[in-house]
Amino acid sequence: MFKLLPDSPSERITVHVDGQAVSVPPGFTAAAAMLLHGTGSTRTTPVTGEPRAPYCMMGVCFECLLQIDGEPNQQGCLVTVAEGMRIERQLGKRKVDE
Amino acid sequence: MADFDAIVIGGGLVGTAVAYGIARLGKRPVLLDEGDIAHRASRGNFGLVWVQSKGFGVPEYQRWTRRSSDTWTEFSQELLEETGIGTGHERPGGVTICLSEEELDKRRRLMEQLHIEAGETNFDYEILTHAELKKMLPAIGPDVVGASYTRYDGHANPLYTMRALHAALLKHGGTYVPNARVESIQAAPNHFVINAGGRSFAAPRLVLGAGLGNKALGEMVGLNVPVRPVRGQIIVTERLQPVLPMPTLMMRQTVEGTIMIGESREESGFDDTTSPEIIHTLAQRAVKSFPFLRNVRIVRTWGALRVMAPDGLPIYEQSSEFPGAFVCTCHSGVTLAASHARYYAQYVMDGALPAELARFSTKRFDVQAAA
Amino acid sequence: MSAEQEPTFDLAIVGAGPAGMAAAAMAAELKLSTVVLDEQPEPGGQIYRGIERMAASRPRHLEVLGPDYAAGLELTRAFRASAIEYRNGTQVWQAEPAGRIFFRRNGAAGIVRAKKILIAPGAMERPLPVPGWTLPGVLTCGAGQTVLKAHGLAPKGRFVLAGCGPLLLLLAAQLTRCGIKPAAILQTTFNRWAAAPHLPSFLGTPGYLIKGLGLLRELKAAGIPLYANVSQIAIQGETQARAVEFVCNGTTRTIEADTVFLHQGVIPNGNLAWSMNLDHRWDDVQRCYHPKLDAWGRSSNAAVLVAGDAGGIVGAKGAELMGHIAAAAAAVDLGRLGAEQASERTRDARRALNKQRAARPFLDHLYRPEQRWIAPPDADTIVCRCEEVRAGEIRKLVSEQNCPGPNQLKSFVRCGMGPCQGRLCGLTAIELIAETRGVPVSEVGYYRIRPPIKPVTIGDLATLDVPERNDAVHM
Repeated sequence: MFKLLPDSPSERITVHVDGQAVSVPPGFTAAAAMLLHGTGSTRTTPVTGEPRAPYCMMGVCFECLLQIDGEPNQQGCLVTVAEGMRIERQLGKRKVDE
Repeated sequence: MADFDAIVIGGGLVGTAVAYGIARLGKRPVLLDEGDIAHRASRGNFGLVWVQSKGFGVPEYQRWTRRSSDTWTEFSQELLEETGIGTGHERPGGVTICLSEEELDKRRRLMEQLHIEAGETNFDYEILTHAELKKMLPAIGPDVVGASYTRYDGHANPLYTMRALHAALLKHGGTYVPNARVESIQAAPNHFVINAGGRSFAAPRLVLGAGLGNKALGEMVGLNVPVRPVRGQIIVTERLQPVLPMPTLMMRQTVEGTIMIGESREESGFDDTTSPEIIHTLAQRAVKSFPFLRNVRIVRTWGALRVMAPDGLPIYEQSSEFPGAFVCTCHSGVTLAASHARYYAQYVMDGALPAELARFSTKRFDVQAAA
Repeated sequence: MSAEQEPTFDLAIVGAGPAGMAAAAMAAELKLSTVVLDEQPEPGGQIYRGIERMAASRPRHLEVLGPDYAAGLELTRAFRASAIEYRNGTQVWQAEPAGRIFFRRNGAAGIVRAKKILIAPGAMERPLPVPGWTLPGVLTCGAGQTVLKAHGLAPKGRFVLAGCGPLLLLLAAQLTRCGIKPAAILQTTFNRWAAAPHLPSFLGTPGYLIKGLGLLRELKAAGIPLYANVSQIAIQGETQARAVEFVCNGTTRTIEADTVFLHQGVIPNGNLAWSMNLDHRWDDVQRCYHPKLDAWGRSSNAAVLVAGDAGGIVGAKGAELMGHIAAAAAAVDLGRLGAEQASERTRDARRALNKQRAARPFLDHLYRPEQRWIAPPDADTIVCRCEEVRAGEIRKLVSEQNCPGPNQLKSFVRCGMGPCQGRLCGLTAIELIAETRGVPVSEVGYYRIRPPIKPVTIGDLATLDVPERNDAVHM
């Protein structure tokens, strides 16, 4: 869906998108990592299971909810990536660990 | 002027249930409501259809509650058939979770009292140990000592119930008029003319179902309705996969998957905002009961004003000065919705309240005042 | 640190965009002890998003984004140099006018105290609810610009921009300068006639017109297909945007696109102000609510000031000036600056702000959204993205069940009850209700917004450093 502009700095860190190791520039948000490396939807709604993906990228729409390092329903556009971060799609209602 | 069989004031759960009940009898009610931001206790209702905490020392209240709870399944089913709107009602039983031996002992005594006071109605309950409760609610935490359980308890979605009642009211030919705050009442026995929202409405019956508004309205028709607001605050979480198979006194999982946490009581006048202190205390208790909640996100909190009589009981009365004028007020708009729709509406149209409801008469306040 | 041990600041500023940064700089100059709480990792707000990192590591991109963006560097530097406490990555989830501000940072909740609160949460884009706008691949123009600024990301494959407002053309031009050309730009109608009377004051504001015409010329020269007076925009696709269908000059056209950027102007990001129960007024030209403010940014609550776009759209430069002025007002209210001194110190800023504001009526009238774009005619169009409530359902509840306003609507169908807390559906819902009821929007009201206005966990609340109220919560 998205690509890096030419003249971007070459520094990279590794994160895992749905289990796949990918490289992104430091300072990226988790949602931006999904735009660069994910395809199509990044979550399905807890209401009807519709596919959705990042929409506003500024923290107001809650469309970029992701599971980040095992923590469900995180606003991906507000979480800065860290080396080794596990980013997964949020599918429907979150599960709870009893 | 528009003529009706009955005027019901108050478009919350109580007023709407009675108005729907009247329409269901083939009569023509008009339901007068305030605007969009009325003090709407119904919107803050927790949604329990609850028996196990109601009526200590007042067997009449226990029976009236139980009767409504026993009617709820059929009531909900009929609403679904008439409107296509499900109330989300379930009756899987319910528990009151205790976090100390002291709480559990107190609970045991209260349940025994309810059992004794139930008399012929028969009130079965169980006091569960931690291990027994864990089989029913595997998510409880180690701080849970035990719980009381009855099979009579359940829950429903108050908002869907409201919507279904509204739709059913209209379907039965009832009239709903929003933005119609009552400006004046001209009262005569079995003849009431009300000016509201710039229009006039007349009917031989009048039902005050306006919650906290009933105090002022009551004075206009010779009814003493000494209700005051008691604030309750509620937390609602994000949607979760099913995790709570039955409601507890302070927590229930809705059909949508959200968990509601509530059951605070405080005097706050007409301030219906939330306070971090109460929300904090609710959250603390919730996490102790169900540790998984620690990482669950909150989507909303809100405060709502319960409609409370000095003794906490409902108020049901017909005006002796202006027969035909009734008051219907309580703080359990969901639990009692079935009774209000099925029974109270009938009593209003019959023009007399039965002996069964005598305990809820306003006369009890005269006695208290004299004492 | 325990909340009890935290100092009480003179001023807490929520937001580090142009208004918040300018307010902080001024407050520091006036020797107010000041804390700034902001959600983003770096200062700049949305308008100057990522500016520090870009200047440091991608100077070439700074040129592409143009001088208005680069202008943020100076302000950011002044902010960084100010003697204030800046807490980044901090989400404020409740602010009590009485002076407690509850936040979440690094996964833990905390409280700061301040005598005055200046809120500057900025703007957000007005939703453009059209069929298919919830499909993956559909983003706002603001999102397109954010990822460009903050991450150096640009759309891959075919993309289209649709809607109206200055940002639409700006984003198209910025991407084109990078060699990434849109497949088309679809512009909905301008209200040229309504805007015309306001042209003279607009022309008095240097730069605005020249910039707008310049962008248009730039895009035409680059050969980008521009469609004007477009109607009936619908995004097609099953699980991902594939094409945009629209009507132009009576002809239905379809343009393939994997990415669609929508925009129809900006509105105040209002949930914080609403949650603090500030008085609001309806602006029928901008078609949104504004908190009621005096000329200095004081709200209806004596302890709360509002600056920047959150107080009514003024743009980045206007926001900066408002922040500067509001900080002076806070100092006056704290008894730390005389009223006359404040007038003196802010004279230039107030004059410049008036000039900025003079340009708004023309822009506001020109881009005033039309009814069909804010009250979607198609019954199947989703209004509440979170709870998937559609326009037809809302109309039906109002016409058939006399639903009087947004709060009843929320109760009945959960419209506005999802995680975004009505941010994305609020205005559409009230426009639909007003239209169906046949009354002005101002009569319909707005959602009752309550804290927490940002995600917070039950665990955060359980460990919050406030007194317990077991007297009110017991079994």
